[in-house]
Amino acid sequence: MQINNEFKPKIVAFCCNWCSYAGADLAGTNRLNYPADVKIIRVPCSCRVNPMFILRAFQRGADGVIICGCHPGDCHYTSGNYYARRRITLLFSMLDYLGIERERTRLEWVSAAEGAKFSATMNEFAETIIKLGENKRLEDLRCKAE
Amino acid sequence: MQRIGVFVCHCGTNIAGTVDVKAVAEALKNEQGVVFSTEYQYMCSEAGQSIIKNAIKEHKLTGVVVCSCSPRMHEATFRKTASSAGLNPYMVEIANIREQCSWIHKDMEKATEKAIILGRAAIAKVHLNAPLTAGESPVVKRALVIGGGIAGIQTALDIADAGFEVDIVEKKPTIGGKMTQLDKTFPTLDCAACILTPKMVDCAQNEKIKIYSYSEVESVSGFVGNFSVKIRKKARYVDETKCTGCGLCTEKCPMKKVPNEFNLGMNNRSAIYIPFAQAVPKIATIDPDHCNMLKNGKCGVCAKICTAGAINYKQEDEIVEEKYGAIIAATGYNPINLDKYDEFAYSQSKDVITSLEFERLTNAAGPTSGKLLRPSDGVHPHTIVFVQCVGSRCGAEDSKGGKSYCSKICCMYTAKHAMLTREKYPDTDVYVFYIDVRTPGKNFDEFYRRAAEEYGVHYIKGMVGKVMPQADGKLLVQGSDLIAGEQLKINADLVVLAAAIEPDKSARPLATMLTASMDTNDFFTEAHPKLRPVESPTAGIFLSGACQGPKDIPETVSQASAAAAKAIGLLCKDKLTCNPCVAHSDEMMCNGCSQCEKVCPYGAISYEDKEFRMPNRTTAIRRVAKVNPAVCQGCGACTVTCPSGAMDLNGFSNRQIMAEVDAICR
Amino acid sequence: MQGRMIEMAKKLLGDGTVNRVIGWKKGEFAYDITPAVFENAEEIDADFVYDDFCGHNLSKYLIKESKKDGKMLVFLKPCDTYSFNQLIKEHRINRENVYIVGIPCEGKASAETIKEKGISGITGISSDGDNFKVNTIYGDETVAKSDVLEERCTVCKSKKHVVYDELIGEDGEVNENSSRFDMVAKLENMTADERYAFWRNELSKCIRCNACRNVCPACSCENCVFDNPNSGVSNKAAVTSFEENMFHIIRAFHVAGRCTDCGECSRVCPQNIPLHLLNRKFIKDINELYGDYQAGEESEGRTPLTTYTKEDCEPSIVNERGCK
Repeated sequence: MQINNEFKPKIVAFCCNWCSYAGADLAGTNRLNYPADVKIIRVPCSCRVNPMFILRAFQRGADGVIICGCHPGDCHYTSGNYYARRRITLLFSMLDYLGIERERTRLEWVSAAEGAKFSATMNEFAETIIKLGENKRLEDLRCKAE
Repeated sequence: MQRIGVFVCHCGTNIAGTVDVKAVAEALKNEQGVVFSTEYQYMCSEAGQSIIKNAIKEHKLTGVVVCSCSPRMHEATFRKTASSAGLNPYMVEIANIREQCSWIHKDMEKATEKAIILGRAAIAKVHLNAPLTAGESPVVKRALVIGGGIAGIQTALDIADAGFEVDIVEKKPTIGGKMTQLDKTFPTLDCAACILTPKMVDCAQNEKIKIYSYSEVESVSGFVGNFSVKIRKKARYVDETKCTGCGLCTEKCPMKKVPNEFNLGMNNRSAIYIPFAQAVPKIATIDPDHCNMLKNGKCGVCAKICTAGAINYKQEDEIVEEKYGAIIAATGYNPINLDKYDEFAYSQSKDVITSLEFERLTNAAGPTSGKLLRPSDGVHPHTIVFVQCVGSRCGAEDSKGGKSYCSKICCMYTAKHAMLTREKYPDTDVYVFYIDVRTPGKNFDEFYRRAAEEYGVHYIKGMVGKVMPQADGKLLVQGSDLIAGEQLKINADLVVLAAAIEPDKSARPLATMLTASMDTNDFFTEAHPKLRPVESPTAGIFLSGACQGPKDIPETVSQASAAAAKAIGLLCKDKLTCNPCVAHSDEMMCNGCSQCEKVCPYGAISYEDKEFRMPNRTTAIRRVAKVNPAVCQGCGACTVTCPSGAMDLNGFSNRQIMAEVDAICR
Repeated sequence: MQGRMIEMAKKLLGDGTVNRVIGWKKGEFAYDITPAVFENAEEIDADFVYDDFCGHNLSKYLIKESKKDGKMLVFLKPCDTYSFNQLIKEHRINRENVYIVGIPCEGKASAETIKEKGISGITGISSDGDNFKVNTIYGDETVAKSDVLEERCTVCKSKKHVVYDELIGEDGEVNENSSRFDMVAKLENMTADERYAFWRNELSKCIRCNACRNVCPACSCENCVFDNPNSGVSNKAAVTSFEENMFHIIRAFHVAGRCTDCGECSRVCPQNIPLHLLNRKFIKDINELYGDYQAGEESEGRTPLTTYTKEDCEPSIVNERGCK
């Protein structure tokens, strides 16, 4: 996947439909740039993000996974992001425990009004991932053979 | 195998300016299952939609991917397009290549590459889409209001006015609630009874309204549009259909030493009683805890005297079951118990009273017939100290049962009490100790300033540290004046505590029955704190009055009407269309472990014991989860909680999301 | 103890309180104990055993057994009762069909550990309280019981029965000072590279035999997500390193907040992978982040992952307080 020796990270962003996905749309409307390496998957709520999706992304060669949801207290479904927060905290801690670079995963609360925050967050995250380099620890080698 | 059509939109130059749309359409043509791929200037236009419709028919498409603007913009449009061409609307997926691609990238090559990947992800997802049909459920055109205070009354009247039947369940023998106990109301000083009792009578006379007084909700099942509620009509030992409310029994009843709850125990009533003169319904009730006939079979005076023959000592609780389309919680509030507030000597001295007790002392129908007299000796008090924020605005972990929130109404009613006292008894010195005086509301600040400036009420910023009953019957009030920076000692005749208010104790069990959520203070939570303030997150449950948070009368009434409007909006519909993107459980996989039920914010998940065929012609009964699609809102919390993956979400299934992940990481 | 248990089992079978008994019986070797169901006194007299090798947690068997007709007598050690309660909480066991007799436990020995001490060719083991006399084809050896306990028993969390119908012997206490998190803490203090090396080494041994899954009382799904074709992750044999990672992380995640730390997963792992260290990490995190919680202590209520508080910490806490 390395073209001209330039590392192009694969970054998967899970965004909740009501806040963060709308925030990403707003970033677009305001033409706030962030790297094309970030690809967004729309989910109804951050509580829909199954740890299996995150691991799957890493398995298939993602270099970073970021989850975005409504700010605590603002969940469209009232409590989804609170459950998500516990699950994701524990999962991140476990990945850290297994020796996976903790910077590869991130959770950020982005409201529908925070286009600027969305773009800034993605820029920052992509930069971090580029510094970390390719994901070696959680990849599935079969998926990399092309 | 799906037959997928891909439609790439230029959006003028919005997309085509940075994304090579032709290259995208060309690249996606090679994806598995894609039988048709094209681009067009404006897909959302009439002409663009025709392209989609024609392609669906011509190429027998089973799935459509539109690479265009955000699905939040035109997903609904393209679903309709598909639908009009005979394709299930949920077979359409959108790849967002405008807001999340062309608008944020400047490099044509990178943007095009990303657009192709986003298109692939949408194609991967649509491969796993299944046609979904929005279900429908009928609406029972009848509402239930739980609580018959001013909030419940207003909601019921408004719903009835719109032509729907509505029942009120009130646990007390009469409707009217707290407002019946109040004297005057701020900031206009009109009498509470004068404005409330006509509304109570309206309720009684309205053909659409049925009042279940002295009744409580026993259980609730069902869901929005279709609740089934059991109501317990407590035995009042008086036949409602016969009692005329003449009141003769209450006069002749020999047991007259029962503390009168309507006057907060400041005088007594008889064992058979009508709470107050304007009670609705005006029917006597026997208090079984004090009636000698019910306790030991010795008496029977009321039965003898009742000309209507309404007394029935053998009456038992009755359970009524009714169906409702909407339920409105209007369970109201109570002042907190002040027994632990020893520093204010509330339980030590009769002359330390709560503001609600003060209301009764100044009310013409109260124990003193409206004359302001000290409870201990019946003497007119000359110095009165009002203490604000008793139990309000405390720390989160208050040992005395104090609340962290502001009770909101105390500043205003204390100003009212102070003003009325000064007006009626100009010889009385009135002190008000406050932390802050909060007066947001129409004509509220003017009202408070009148009390402080025109009526000469002494407002002192600071808290009272101690109230000490003295031997001469006076109360020594020690407090600090924070502005003057000095300690004050006041010899008072009466101390009035503005007790914090809290939700009624019945609210918590009710919330459990309704599967409506509550905050840590036991106030009902709203579906959205700003945008949906009168709805519970649980569909079909609405919130009226102080059960949602502290409120004064005008605010309660406006919220009550708002809740009514929302309920009417629901009852107007003949059928509810359900969102088909809801959770569903694979019963072959389900363990019945109840974890999903616990995280469901809507109470949409229930369990049933189901018989399964097992090997060797045996059967087994297993507990499995069942999602009510009319109630589920599709958040997906349950899907992640489910360890076996039995719970999945239509439109955002595990496999669909993983297919998207795979396509992006390919 | 065994005598009193047999007596009780026969009595309860005799008076019709129960129609079956689940306990343990000897296998091919002295240390090779297996759970067994007994239906009459003869079977009990012939095979019933309770000794230092009866480590198996019988709770999980009750998922199936309690659905059958009639009441079943089960002998539960203190830590097994936690699993039982957790299963009651999840509506997996029909409580009315179970008669629980709580039995004391002073720690169970591990035949694996004895073998690791270089003792092989074991033909018989007898106990004299603190020591085992091990007969081998090479002669007799003596080992101290305390040296060959199961890991979980060396850090026993509780000798208290949280649920029972009847007790044999005295009930014990919860051990507040268990050092069960020491190894997790040790790992947390390693560098990320060391931790990665540690887990890579351990998890790469996994042969996906599913023994951990089969024995785990929390892993009691009718069908595992890894066998569910609709889950998108179903797979069988582990082909590359990733799949053991995925399997064990997800397994630990699915039992997080429900795992009572009974340690059966590590006991049965034929590759001796310290799987309990994954579960304990979650338990330790839950205790530290959301307040002390012991799964199985209660038979109803919510688990830490099916509840929340508005003040919960953010995932960024992993960066602040996580491993080194």
